[in-house]
Amino acid sequence: MSKKVVIPIGPQHPALKEPASFDVTLKGERVADILVKVGYNHRGIEKACEERTFLQSVYLVERVCGICSHSHSTCFIQAIEELANLKIPPRAAYIRSLIGELERIHSHLLWLGVAAHEIGFDTLLMYSWRDREIVMDLLALLTGNRVNYAVNVIGGVRKDVSEEEKDQILKAVDILEERTKYYVQVATEEVTLIERLSKVGYISHEDALKYGAVGPTGRASGIKRDIRKDDPYAAYGEVDFEVITDDHCDVYGRAVVRVKELMQSYSIIRQLLKKLPQGPLSVVAPRLIPAGEAVSRYEAPRGEDIHFVKSNGTDKPERVKLRAPTLANVQSVAKMLEDGYLADVPIVIAAIDPCFSCTDRMIVAVNNVSTAKEDRMDWKTLREFSIDWYKKNRGVDFTKLKKLDK
Amino acid sequence: MSKKLGKMLAETISSLFKKPATSSYPFKKREIHKHYNGKVAYIKEKCVGCNMCVRNCPAKAIFITKIADKQFEATLHLDRCIFCSQCVISCKFGALKNTNEFELATGDKSKLVVKL
Repeated sequence: MSKKVVIPIGPQHPALKEPASFDVTLKGERVADILVKVGYNHRGIEKACEERTFLQSVYLVERVCGICSHSHSTCFIQAIEELANLKIPPRAAYIRSLIGELERIHSHLLWLGVAAHEIGFDTLLMYSWRDREIVMDLLALLTGNRVNYAVNVIGGVRKDVSEEEKDQILKAVDILEERTKYYVQVATEEVTLIERLSKVGYISHEDALKYGAVGPTGRASGIKRDIRKDDPYAAYGEVDFEVITDDHCDVYGRAVVRVKELMQSYSIIRQLLKKLPQGPLSVVAPRLIPAGEAVSRYEAPRGEDIHFVKSNGTDKPERVKLRAPTLANVQSVAKMLEDGYLADVPIVIAAIDPCFSCTDRMIVAVNNVSTAKEDRMDWKTLREFSIDWYKKNRGVDFTKLKKLDK
Repeated sequence: MSKKLGKMLAETISSLFKKPATSSYPFKKREIHKHYNGKVAYIKEKCVGCNMCVRNCPAKAIFITKIADKQFEATLHLDRCIFCSQCVISCKFGALKNTNEFELATGDKSKLVVKL
């Protein structure tokens, strides 16, 4: 019997676009165990928010993720608006939903391309990314930016949708729908795709519930959960759409769910534009946000996004906590890969549509409680400790660098 | 479910006769939308020096300095600017506005701090 081998995948790996580390224990060619390690891309955004006003924090939170930027900014703003007891005008709610759906289309098309690339189907990557340009252009037209749209302001939105732009959106949505129909056909009929993705990264309905899978990952295992339906925000209460689920429970199921969700997004956009009410775009927001705590939920393209905001009555938040959807999904990856092949590792990781920089919210130093006080170091002690550590463990002498100290 | 081998074959072959989806960028410029959030422009005459843009800028990229009585000058750090155009919204007097200018890359760092 072959012995067990541990292969580190990441933090820098050609298959993963972001730094995350997976220690894969192999038995032959099959995965025996997998250890998921995140925390390579910690940027301290939550703490930085505490140093900025609510208004400035919106832009910082928007930059948590480059793809679901509108998701994070809307989620954060919803929490602030709840604290300040602001009711946004209906037109603003519709525009928020509209940008949200365009963002979902852009994210799902991007995922389709990345997933196709991971399985060596680069033709599909080129096609889906070409079509993604259409929606990126629309977002640039509507908001002024291709990513990080900055369309939200506290109390509403800042950019309006004119009649001319409405026509342009509808025209683009028609083209995209035509293309997506083709992808649905590819996903359900192309034999290479089905054979490659079926039974890969299997996670049963029960396990998906147990590991707390959210978004398309959960829905592909038959978990009918969608914040847009369960707890409607913005204008989702007023549009009619279906929550797509699938019972394949594998990567193929996740692909089908995402492609079908695209079709739902087109339908939502048409309804939103048809019903778009007249009226103001925003209400005046106070600079000082009343003291209190609020939790806001948002269905990002990758799943449920949760933001917690605590205010102490000043213009700066006292505490901000974000839970990006990847953090909820990342543990289910370990389950999915159990007993799978090593060659399937990249596509299974890619199938949850991971966004590791969104996930890395904080790094916890696990301290022994009794020595916790001594473990706290100031900058000077930490530096000396690291110089000693490298000398002792790695044989590297950094003492010469001491002259750089002031 | 009917399984057809080479479902995308027809599409692939037809692509041979299509024009490229990409454009030769530096030679052929893209049309930029009218509301594009490019580099901000400063209209001196309208500025009253209230500093609301400086206060609200999330990236600390813009500064207004008083050069004479009722005369102000804006300094923009292009390396810090995140092109959110919050300054444009914050300005109640219309002294700042968006332009379509987006080709701002340079090899010289000092050129990134501009007087508007």
